Amino acid sequence: MTFVAKPRVHHPQLPLNDLGLNRRDYEGAVSTLCAGCGHDSVSAAIVQACAELSLPPHRFAKISGIGCSSKTPSYFLNASHGFNAVHGRMPSVATGANLANRELHCIGVSGDGDSASIGIGQFAHIVRRRINMLYIVDNNGTYGLTKGQFSATNDKGSTSKKGVPNLYEPIDLVSMALQIGASFVARSFSGDKQQLVPLLKGALLHRGFAFIDVISPCVAFNNHNGSTKSYDYVRGHGASVVTADFLPKDFIATAAETVVDYAPGTTETVALPDGSRLRLSKLDESYDPHDRAHALAHVLEAQQRGEVVTGLLYVDPDASDCHEILDTVETPLNALGEAELCPGQGALDRINAGLR
Amino acid sequence: MTVYNDFVIRFANVNGSGSASANGMFAKALFRMGVPISTRNIFPSNIEGLPTWFEVRASQAGYQGRREGVDLMVAMNAETYEEDAAAVVPGGYLLHDNSKGLDRRLLRADINAIGIPIAKLILPEFTNPKQRKLFKNIVYLGALSALLNIDFDVITGMVSTQYKGKDELIQPNIHALELGRRYAKQYLECPLPIQVRRTKQLDGKIMVDGNAAGALGALYAGATICAWYPITPSTSMAEAFEKYANQWRTDAETGQRKFAIIQAEDELAAIGIVIGAGWNGARAFTATSGPGLSLMSEFLGLAYFAEIPAVLFDIQRAGPSTGMPTRTQQGDLLAAAYASHGDTKHPLLFPATPKESFEFAADAFDLSDRLQTPVIVLSDLELGMNDAVSDAFTWDDARQYDRGKVLSKEDLDDIEAFGRYLDVDGDGIGYRTLPGTHAEKGAFFTRGTSRDAYARYTEAPEAYTENMDRLAKKWRTAASLVPAPEISGHRHRAGVVFYGTTAAPMAEALVRLADDGAPLDAMRLRGFPFAADVADFIDGHEFVFVVEQNRDAQMKTLLVNELDIDPAKIVPVLYYGGLSISADAIAERIIEHFDEHNLPRLKEVPGGLGA
Ligand SMILES: Cc1ncc(C[n+]2csc(CCOP(=O)(O)OP(=O)(O)O)c2C)c(N)n1
Ligand code: SF4
Ligand SMILES: [Mg+2]
Repeated sequence: MTFVAKPRVHHPQLPLNDLGLNRRDYEGAVSTLCAGCGHDSVSAAIVQACAELSLPPHRFAKISGIGCSSKTPSYFLNASHGFNAVHGRMPSVATGANLANRELHCIGVSGDGDSASIGIGQFAHIVRRRINMLYIVDNNGTYGLTKGQFSATNDKGSTSKKGVPNLYEPIDLVSMALQIGASFVARSFSGDKQQLVPLLKGALLHRGFAFIDVISPCVAFNNHNGSTKSYDYVRGHGASVVTADFLPKDFIATAAETVVDYAPGTTETVALPDGSRLRLSKLDESYDPHDRAHALAHVLEAQQRGEVVTGLLYVDPDASDCHEILDTVETPLNALGEAELCPGQGALDRINAGLR
Repeated sequence: MTVYNDFVIRFANVNGSGSASANGMFAKALFRMGVPISTRNIFPSNIEGLPTWFEVRASQAGYQGRREGVDLMVAMNAETYEEDAAAVVPGGYLLHDNSKGLDRRLLRADINAIGIPIAKLILPEFTNPKQRKLFKNIVYLGALSALLNIDFDVITGMVSTQYKGKDELIQPNIHALELGRRYAKQYLECPLPIQVRRTKQLDGKIMVDGNAAGALGALYAGATICAWYPITPSTSMAEAFEKYANQWRTDAETGQRKFAIIQAEDELAAIGIVIGAGWNGARAFTATSGPGLSLMSEFLGLAYFAEIPAVLFDIQRAGPSTGMPTRTQQGDLLAAAYASHGDTKHPLLFPATPKESFEFAADAFDLSDRLQTPVIVLSDLELGMNDAVSDAFTWDDARQYDRGKVLSKEDLDDIEAFGRYLDVDGDGIGYRTLPGTHAEKGAFFTRGTSRDAYARYTEAPEAYTENMDRLAKKWRTAASLVPAPEISGHRHRAGVVFYGTTAAPMAEALVRLADDGAPLDAMRLRGFPFAADVADFIDGHEFVFVVEQNRDAQMKTLLVNELDIDPAKIVPVLYYGGLSISADAIAERIIEHFDEHNLPRLKEVPGGLGA
């Protein structure tokens, strides 16, 4: 297998964004994943979200672990650097990358094997540290790349392709992220672009650690009857608690949109750092997406009913990030030179004197 | 006959008893009087209650290595009386608390017991039980000042600076010092025939440990990111970096920091953070010891293959496994050189002194950026955690960081096609770009999988082989860039090869061997891969001793493996007991070898073999 460069074809009919770029400018190489793999839809949603946000396509750091999901950073944002690291260790590499240059948008893509098994320690700790990034798990309940073993997010009782049930309790990364302090937590479905794209936009612009667990079916190994991560199962059991709509900076409600009839108390808008907003529409008036404990309880209860809760589950618009915690300078650390970094011989004379 | 500035004193204490600060003051006092000393902490992996020893060697000749035998034992731990008494050389001295008489276990006819009723002296003077415990140490320090003829002003001056701001502590400390000093002057033969006297030998010198020195080197080299996980004996390096960075890297106006330190969840994360930062163009390092190095292996292979700068300080301790976590060894050599699966290898630096810890730390960042590969600095507990007399640190203010081959936006504008792994200059090192540099050019995908010169994934045998061969070429470039060996002597039939902290006792052993009719040429290795000089030195001698501190003669293996040397030519001289190797041990074993093989002493080959 070798790399296939995607032909750059000019599409005059494609709409241009504020940077004068069209969607193709945000794409990556041709995917080598199985046709129908959920992961490709996630990549497509990332392309759409970044293009519509008019973010410069070369100002991202794309980091991943190992797995089919972790290959996907090749398939979006060709103008940006990507780093396919080692299995389960994307979080530490992303941490280093973000510490080195706080100005780049950091997107981490991982799999359920990558994040919930071998990498669960790193997952937990990057959440704690509030690295300013978008962390996506393409969650298919299986190890796609090693051909279909159960992963740790696979539900108890869900069956393998050969009909063997999984005997162990699942790990829910959304619950973990909520518990450890992620400031933007969502779950979505690769088959629901309407839901996923605005969530990605909100997460990309959110300052702090944004986590999206995207159920992303594996057509090769985990899309059969009996699997709880199949397209059909998620379609039948998904329930969005909070739908997010992205409202750009210059958003003015159109006539068509204002007629949408929301029940009182079920919508609110959340400001994002660049001046745009997320409009949250709740299915249930009592759901509070700013109450961590409430969100966690809701997720756990739904899980027991066999429901897949999706949507924007929690957001703290005033969250801090790791650079704020560490109180680092505004200039990216990788842009500092000798003058800023080296104290020089004068200081060394004083240091020497202190060692006498 | 009085012996000046030449003795070994060992303090036997219980850890957690506050002895460290008194013992530290003792060493500092000698240093300030210009007495050439080296210090060693022999401590347990424990916080309170176990035996701990602190040793100070004074050496008029300036020898910094450990010497066998103790001239003066300060026996303050009843648990270890027996072994402490046994360690004293015949005719030596043993200072003990005789408030309850002389303990039977300390009895030895051939040494001099010096009894001081420390507990009794303290009892009427201090009421606070905590002070009573702490001041025992201060009382013996006071007594030693009289016994060894230490300038009392130097010690009292130190107490005053140490407790600046806590003035209520100064007077009681000085009182305790005087209790001991007065008792010694009144009742004991003072000073002893072993004593100190002022010299100017240490003018301009500093006293520092290798970990602090290395941290300072990292600071000066512009390291902005430190990620680490606590492990003895490396912890104090990260802590020292934090201390120095807080002091020298905080923006005067905003109070914001020009550095980031992450205490990671484990060593895997620590090295991952370093690699992520290195990939994104910041200088980053981690400090660890053997167990951490083992954990970091997979990532080190990634950084080797994906060609990402990273600096790792391995402060070695005695393995295997948890081994003796508070004892020193040079046991990680092979694990570091070949860390990770597949054909992986890493440049290594071997600092031998605090000065070199500082300089090699700084050089490691330049080398790592230049070579786009992890560089491992192999220090050890002996160097890292013990204060030693060192030349003062110097920095050339004109020095520019060598950031290696990194293309700027302007560079990219001028380039037709960018190939990350193209060997443009023929040295095996490609040009890299940093994320976010250019809107249209220079982006590539970094991966631990096989790729071609344009960073495109490939499993084509030719492309894979070509890439591996280029990495081998880069390795040869590295051999010309790492610090060259230091070679002395040039006409003897046999040579000796050593590295790192074995250098300290080696200086002394070489003098002793020459006196004993076995003069040797010496080569101190300072870096890996080996420069051409290394093979030449070995080729130029009939046989060479390789002296190192591990069981399996790891440097011998590395030399044989990398340079295709006849193993029969190398005679390993090994010590791996966990204390640092001594000149006595080295000289004895080398003489033994001469005797066992009936090698004539003092024979020199006419014309010189190793010239
Ligand atoms: C240290 C290590 N152990 C095992 C593997 C083999 N491996 C590659 S991908 C993978 C599982 C990937 O599963 P997931 O993260 O869910 O990704 P998916 O392929 O399902 O998208 C495993 C076990 C590896 N690459 N590295
Ligand atoms: S094996 Fe599964 S996860 Fe991997 S590409 Fe195919 S469908 Fe996607
Ligand atoms: Mg998976």
